[in-house]
Amino acid sequence: MEGSIFQYDFIIKSLLGALFASITAGLAGTYIVSKRMVFLSGGITHASFGGIGIGYFIGINPVVGAAIFGILSALGVEYLSVKQKIREDSAIGILWAFGMAIGIIFIYLTPGYTPNLMSYLFGSILTVTNADIIALGIMSIFLILYFGLFYRTILYISFDEIFARTYSSYVDIFKYFTTALIALTIVLNIRMAGVVLVISLLTIPPNIAMLFTKVYLKIVIWSVVAGFIGTSGGYAISYFAGIPVGATIIFTLVIIWVVAKGVIQLIKKIQAIRK
Amino acid sequence: MSLLLELQSVSASYGTNVVLHDISLRVNENDFIGVIGPNGGGKTTLLKVILGLIKPEKGKIIFNNNLLNSNSIGYLPQLSTGDTNYPVTVTDVVLSGMMISKKIISRMSGSDRKRALTVIGELGLSDLANASLNELSGGQLQRVFLGRAIIGNPRLLLLDEPGNFVDSTFENDFYEKLRVLNSRMAILMVSHDLGMISSHVKSYACVNQSLHYHPSSEITNEQLLEYGCPIQIITHGDVPHTVLKSHN
Repeated sequence: MEGSIFQYDFIIKSLLGALFASITAGLAGTYIVSKRMVFLSGGITHASFGGIGIGYFIGINPVVGAAIFGILSALGVEYLSVKQKIREDSAIGILWAFGMAIGIIFIYLTPGYTPNLMSYLFGSILTVTNADIIALGIMSIFLILYFGLFYRTILYISFDEIFARTYSSYVDIFKYFTTALIALTIVLNIRMAGVVLVISLLTIPPNIAMLFTKVYLKIVIWSVVAGFIGTSGGYAISYFAGIPVGATIIFTLVIIWVVAKGVIQLIKKIQAIRK
Repeated sequence: MSLLLELQSVSASYGTNVVLHDISLRVNENDFIGVIGPNGGGKTTLLKVILGLIKPEKGKIIFNNNLLNSNSIGYLPQLSTGDTNYPVTVTDVVLSGMMISKKIISRMSGSDRKRALTVIGELGLSDLANASLNELSGGQLQRVFLGRAIIGNPRLLLLDEPGNFVDSTFENDFYEKLRVLNSRMAILMVSHDLGMISSHVKSYACVNQSLHYHPSSEITNEQLLEYGCPIQIITHGDVPHTVLKSHN
């Protein structure tokens, strides 16, 4: 009896986690893929590991440390690339490794055993707490409201920032705020997929969606759907096969992408032959 | 004719490179000013200063706030600044021109969309309304950006070398369209193509660090015949031409 209740709770938690991860990653992912910010986002993710290490060291929740690190490094790179005093891709590359280095140093310096370290690196549904799920839920609602209310504004700034500056004085505010939200989204999803793999959770679903549509709003919707199939499927496989969840999710998503791409190529070829 | 904006002794530079030096210009309603000058002479910078994209080092820009501010100007950039692989449709891009009259919470109404489709139709792009930008030719893309510049019905339209990509089949329509637009908005058109500037232009601003303004009527063919002229113009038939006074 107790076992089944535990199992039921676990399934609900996993499904909610998958849903919120798909919503947040779908919204943030479509933004970064469209705006070609994937490398920047990868840098933010790995830089935030520094925050996780410091979190362990000073004894605060590592996710809070990661959030602070992630947001600051995201804004830092955006700012530096605007000032153009530094090559953006080099800056990201440095930040990427530097964040990881800080993380490793502080975890090494932390006395005693750091039990959840592997879950931060590779993701684990078992260590995801209810608080993590609630945080992702709140983030989902906030992102839906934000992108819903300011859809056109965000779309047009992200498509053509220079033109947007000719009619709006709010371009920088929107740009930096959206980047900060992306960083926060990434950090909250680290518990699901892990530092190493979370960037794929943001980039693969929009790329699946873009095989079928080129309209931004539809890409968001299909990303969420594809993300949900990939994450919930990944959870199921991970649970029954006993393999790490982050890797399983990414594997599932890539399979969906490859199959979808293959089917589309096949349809195109058949259409070409018929003509 | 009321004044829309005035540049007073404006200077602008990139780092130590002075691009505009002490220029003044008045733009009135219904003006159609051709901005001409050599490459690197500061024509595009002049437009960017007016748009507020570049802050002038010295001098000031005064807007007639009843009619215009720096956020309500229509603008056609020289090169497409947006990423043509971005997932937006032609309609989306044209609609973005409506932002000059919107608040930051920007809903596009049904009438906005209808208006966008009308503009797209006028520009001969109806078949491409739902196309993404990477499906368009350079000329079509330029027309989409022209649609974006005019849809919000700005009081002032800035065009940066619009002739560059306009395909020859559309060229006459294009200049005719500008003439019609000019009845309700002032136009500042940058062109380095001295020979082929539209005959609808009413006055000229020569920009090469400094700015020299030539009212349209300053030298006509009749005056040339009357007073004699150090240069010779050889034409066949009745090609219209304009000769501007020497800057000295």
